[in-house]
Amino acid sequence: MRRAAVGPARGLGEPQAGAERSERAVEISLRVPTDLEVVEEAVDLLARHCLASGLPPHTARFNLRVVLAEALANAIIYGNRLDPDKSVDVRVVVGRTGLTVNVCDQGDGFDPSGVPDPTEPDRLELATGRGLFLIRKLVDEVRFNERGNTICMVLRRA
Amino acid sequence: MSFTVRKDARGVVVIGVDGQLIVGNRHELKQKVLDAIEAGDRKVLIDFTNTGYIDSSGLGALVSLSKKLRDAGGDLRLAGLNEDLRTLFELTKLDTLFSIADSPEQALAGF
Repeated sequence: MRRAAVGPARGLGEPQAGAERSERAVEISLRVPTDLEVVEEAVDLLARHCLASGLPPHTARFNLRVVLAEALANAIIYGNRLDPDKSVDVRVVVGRTGLTVNVCDQGDGFDPSGVPDPTEPDRLELATGRGLFLIRKLVDEVRFNERGNTICMVLRRA
Repeated sequence: MSFTVRKDARGVVVIGVDGQLIVGNRHELKQKVLDAIEAGDRKVLIDFTNTGYIDSSGLGALVSLSKKLRDAGGDLRLAGLNEDLRTLFELTKLDTLFSIADSPEQALAGF
């Protein structure tokens, strides 16, 4: 099993350059191989590095872990289409107001507005299609880049 | 992270999920339930008492297992969901699809 690794985890507690400097942001970067077996380890690694993020304990313990797992699985399965030569880049920025999580795959992207509602009666018994729905329900804000291969999830402290 | 399998006195197969039920281990759970069906078992209870979180792949696996058991004339029930896990089922409206008991004991009594 290939292992996920934090790197470069840029100095917990150090202010970073750019727009987040004024917030004394902490940035955590992780490159994850296209391997579903490493999702749990990657989620655990990232969530543990976010323990001091100031998020409510419940949000850090549950919401963050679920949405990280969802975004990574989507990136690996639908983005990189399980191609082991590709990887997924995760960037977490811990700022004063909360956490911003970017998950970027190397796929062609997709149109998030075209994803159907999995709670519709005729979709309820389908085995797939709930990932993005759960992300939207469990974070405060969701954005995508224009290409549709990077999801940005915002979890606020209050 | 692991699964435990036991059979109670009334013949219900009880599978405990210790840790997470997510994209990386859902196939293992599926296989355990399929093995039970293959062995002739028709009543399966998944016990989430020791489960931290479930992702959409895990939810999807439960949906397809429930259907498989129903098609075989059986029944899949769930128990021991904490408040967070219950919320996932409510958000996705899967609470309308499953029989969910507060505890495994309660679920077994109702089988």
